[in-house]
Amino acid sequence: MADLVSHPDEVKVVSRRFGMGATNLDRYLEMDGYKAVQKALGMGAEAIVNEVKNSGLRGRGGAGFSTGLKWSFVPKQAPKPKYVLCNGDESEPGTCKDRLIFEHDPHAVIEGVIIAGLAVGSHTGYIYVRGEYRYLLDIMQKAIADAYARGFLGKNIFGSGCDFDIYWHGGAGAYEVGEESALMESLEGKRGIPRIRPPFPAVVGLWGGPTVINNAETLASVPHIILGGAEWYANLGPPKNGGTRLFCLSGHLKRPGVYELPMGYNLRKMIFEVAGGIPSGRALKAVVPGGSSTPVLKSDEIDIGMDFDSVAKAGSMLGSGGVVVLDETTCIVKFALRTMKFYQHESCGWCIPCREGTDWLKKTLIRFHSGGGVKKDIDNMYYLSENMLGRTFCPLGDAAAMPTMAFIKKFRQEFEDHLDGKPCPFEKAGAAVMV
Amino acid sequence: MADVNITVDGKKVTAPAGTLLIEACKSVGIEVPSFCYYPNLSLQGACRMCLVKIEKMPKLQTACTTVIGEGMIVTTDSDEVHQARKGMVELLLGNHPLDCPVCDAGGECELQDMTFSYGAAESKYMEPKNHKEEQQWSPVVYFDRPRCILCYRCVRVCGEGMDVWALGVQNRGVGSIIAPNKEDHLECEECGMCIDICPVGALTSGAYRYKTRPWEMTHVGTTCTHCADGCKTTLGVRRSESGMEIVRGDNRDKSGINGDFLCIKGRYAFDFANREDRLTQPLIRKDGQLAPSTWEEAFELIGKRFREAREQHGGQAIGVVGSNRTTNEENYLLQKFARVVLQTNNIDHHRTADFPALAAALKGKPGSTASMRDVFHAPAILLIGNDPTEQHPLLAWQIRNNVRLHRAKLYVVNSADIKLRRQAAAFLQIPAGTEGRFAAFLAGDDSAAEGLGPVAGANAGESPAATQNQQTTLGGFREQVRGEQNLVIIFGAEIRGGDIASLVKFGSGVAGAKLLCLADYANSRGAADMGLYPDLLPGYHPITDSGKFHEEWGGVPQAPGLTLPEMVESARSGKLKALYVVGANPVGRFAIDPFVFSQSFVVVQDMFLTETTALADVVLPAANAYEKSGTFTNTCGDLQLVKKAGEVSGSKSDFEMIVRIADAMGADVHKLVPFGRGTTADMGQSRGAQSGEADRHAVWLEAHGLEPKMSPFDPTAILDEIQRLVPGYEVSRLNLVAGSDQHTALVGIATGAAQDPKLIAPATDNLFSSGTLGRYSRTLNSVMENHSRQPVESEVAAD
Repeated sequence: MADLVSHPDEVKVVSRRFGMGATNLDRYLEMDGYKAVQKALGMGAEAIVNEVKNSGLRGRGGAGFSTGLKWSFVPKQAPKPKYVLCNGDESEPGTCKDRLIFEHDPHAVIEGVIIAGLAVGSHTGYIYVRGEYRYLLDIMQKAIADAYARGFLGKNIFGSGCDFDIYWHGGAGAYEVGEESALMESLEGKRGIPRIRPPFPAVVGLWGGPTVINNAETLASVPHIILGGAEWYANLGPPKNGGTRLFCLSGHLKRPGVYELPMGYNLRKMIFEVAGGIPSGRALKAVVPGGSSTPVLKSDEIDIGMDFDSVAKAGSMLGSGGVVVLDETTCIVKFALRTMKFYQHESCGWCIPCREGTDWLKKTLIRFHSGGGVKKDIDNMYYLSENMLGRTFCPLGDAAAMPTMAFIKKFRQEFEDHLDGKPCPFEKAGAAVMV
Repeated sequence: MADVNITVDGKKVTAPAGTLLIEACKSVGIEVPSFCYYPNLSLQGACRMCLVKIEKMPKLQTACTTVIGEGMIVTTDSDEVHQARKGMVELLLGNHPLDCPVCDAGGECELQDMTFSYGAAESKYMEPKNHKEEQQWSPVVYFDRPRCILCYRCVRVCGEGMDVWALGVQNRGVGSIIAPNKEDHLECEECGMCIDICPVGALTSGAYRYKTRPWEMTHVGTTCTHCADGCKTTLGVRRSESGMEIVRGDNRDKSGINGDFLCIKGRYAFDFANREDRLTQPLIRKDGQLAPSTWEEAFELIGKRFREAREQHGGQAIGVVGSNRTTNEENYLLQKFARVVLQTNNIDHHRTADFPALAAALKGKPGSTASMRDVFHAPAILLIGNDPTEQHPLLAWQIRNNVRLHRAKLYVVNSADIKLRRQAAAFLQIPAGTEGRFAAFLAGDDSAAEGLGPVAGANAGESPAATQNQQTTLGGFREQVRGEQNLVIIFGAEIRGGDIASLVKFGSGVAGAKLLCLADYANSRGAADMGLYPDLLPGYHPITDSGKFHEEWGGVPQAPGLTLPEMVESARSGKLKALYVVGANPVGRFAIDPFVFSQSFVVVQDMFLTETTALADVVLPAANAYEKSGTFTNTCGDLQLVKKAGEVSGSKSDFEMIVRIADAMGADVHKLVPFGRGTTADMGQSRGAQSGEADRHAVWLEAHGLEPKMSPFDPTAILDEIQRLVPGYEVSRLNLVAGSDQHTALVGIATGAAQDPKLIAPATDNLFSSGTLGRYSRTLNSVMENHSRQPVESEVAAD
């Protein structure tokens, strides 16, 4: 279990019960637990959707799509059952926020799922937890069982006449399954491969029924919005970027950890004040702002607000909130290789550009980093990434191509420093290259 | 559906709503490349070759998954699109072995074609390619893993098309690999569809691999000679020391009734033609032993003995047994020869279905038979008896894919739990032998319901329709089927005689119902249509009322002849002086005591020594259907061309042999085969229509107002007569010769007197066996052996 960190600038919404024993249902109830569901039961579907829409809550998985809007796409009448899915397949390198939610506040997720169900007229929810989070599944399982035992789940929840069931499901260890349609395939017991869209999940999703799928953090935010009101939540962040965000600060930092900060919080401040800056007085080289798939920012590009729109303006993405900080001792080529090894390993193999492209990029980077690079490799890697970008079946190919292109564009000199058999300038002489 | 207007590369395109962009482009001749897209299989979007630019969309879109929308503006050939495709080919070639010079697919490889089109000549990678060892999955299926580009066509055609699901994908990412679902081998129907559909040389055929280069073969599109479904197959033929060798069977010509489909027999079991133990010279029994002889000696002897038998004992002392695998022209000629030259009606064949009863029952109901194409499009199908998966693989494919693609409703009535039950909306299991009674029940005889046994529901969960119909009762079943429209009623040999009339009666109460009777061999239907019966002339015309045939042929014996069992009895009593067996093995098939024929002069035309040739006085080496031209009629009545792939030295077509025997008997050959006037020169026509030379020659003759059929061995002369005299065969000759299937109407007519349902003996072959030709196929035998072997515990196929 990771130690919790804190900082005075934090605005605790989703994390307000972290470290307070909220996995215990009684403790949870003492801290406004299940009040939001009961309030929502009296609100009516349309009011819930509007409340969430007005709160400015945007998908915390990475794409940043308006949650309320997403819910409103689900047809009111459907011949098949509707479903709510909680995407807890948190796998983006640099991201470790959902695990804290499952660990410390599992009932908030359950509450969020029920409220989403009320909003779209669904009676069944699934909570999909990343396979490697085996220990969190136990917590989640127990939370669901406890909720059933109190009648918060099952038939006639809270005496409302409304039924709601939640099932948990553990992943099998695939990053790809974080993609919503691949997650549905996985849930249905198939290979974790994305589906052709359209149709979109809101119309044809799990088992062919209309489906709402949200990130765990998104769903855990919902009860707070219902209780605190849309206006309160929206005002926590800048316009169109309502609320707070769990930022996962990692890398070369004095106090790495997950901090809940308002949307739009300054990145430089986040690194140097919240996380205490870089140890040993070393200089900052680069920041990956939103998980490994987002284009890297150079040290002079970090005076930006961490919200979806501002980061996009800076040429990167807010993504999953995984901020990875690299100091001057980091070899960008090695970092690019480490990143590509991940994507090569996680490519599902369905489409050509991602399957073949990630493998060639990895192979080339291995040789390149170990001193076997030739000049045309640099352009070739860029060309290869360009051929992947926007042409793959799902965003995984983009996730591999985008950072690679940014590394080459912004740190071309470092690549050139590896050429012609030169040893990696960042490796100690004679040190084996371990990646 | 309403039409949608789009613009592709500046061209206005109109297509029905719901059309995929890639198909809409194709309809106006704009080819959008793809590997994974395959018509009638599920969409993948995996190969990314079909990326096109659609206005208002930021990214390139896959044309194979995009449904056209009103006003859509599409660019299929901009620099951006071209670069995207080139990029894909480069990525594929990165790991694809460039062993094209030895690859089976070299020259007919879609990856080669794409590389040629989009140019990806520069290799950008320095690292070695990923290698994986080749695997053998079955006697006929090999998988060269590095060549695979993962288009998943094989997986889908096996699962969705064949409902076999023998293939899947293992591992992920760059390690993804197609693999059998059962350890290291295929447990499947060995149809080889996966090989045919593979765009590259990853899946190769055990029967063909490394034998030749595609461009060294001549490709002859003809009709398969195995079961009665009549698939079109393309034979890859090359010259060999014996004349020609068939090295491959595939379905590259997808215009046939089988579309994409071929089964194991059509794809591999042509190899009986190449066996060393094929007869290559006439054999005459001398001193009790069959000894090699010459054609002249053989014909002279047969002519003499047949003439003697006829002159001394009359036509009733001669028996003729025809074949289910000779062409219509040969069958027609044989019975004409029997009736006109031998002056006997003692002619029969191995009957596997009761077509005469169907013809009789359909009297006054023209257009009531279903074609093979109808089976793919009918909204509802009732299947009684038979197991098409085993005995009629194409029919099974048509039914299965009609249900899958057009949501046809399938009703299955069978004594066994046949595989097609999976597609059934309702399944009724009845005790074996009660199929006829069921037909009577359908026709309204409620008393027949007794003993039809308990009603089992169709497999739960297979389809929504299946579960709905779990509680089907016998009466409910009948009502449900009766409520359908344009129903195709398919029945096996279990239903014969009067029971067929019951089915027809039931069918007449269903709007637009059509019938389909299942026989067993490639030209079983043709044998019946052409009158290989002692009491029926061609077109099921009763012998007792021989009318136009009597006139045309100048006399037909009026009394019905002997059936096959009666001929055996006649021989036993010493009355049958001569027996002429063409392409059949009655002794083996019906376990006849060979000594029965010790008093008869027996002539057999066959490819191999059989139980029947063992007692023959003369054996003539026959060509098979791949070595001659003519027509076959499949079990539905679809007339199709049989094209000659080449000649094997030492054999003759049955057609030529019949004519030569007639000639040796002193008959007027010109009357028997109405060929061109005044000349007997073979101008090349007997070499077959596939021969360009002969074709050109025929065209030249036509153009000069001359008669092209100059040879008495030219079957088209008989086809003329068939089309003139056999009701239902008045189909378009142009379309027929062009290679299209032509459905012949089964024109109902009064039944003959001696039709006896007991004479029908179904072959009961399965997918891998057939008693006639299949037993000579090494490939079929190796597959059978492999399937009977116990599966061994071994490592899984993939890494």
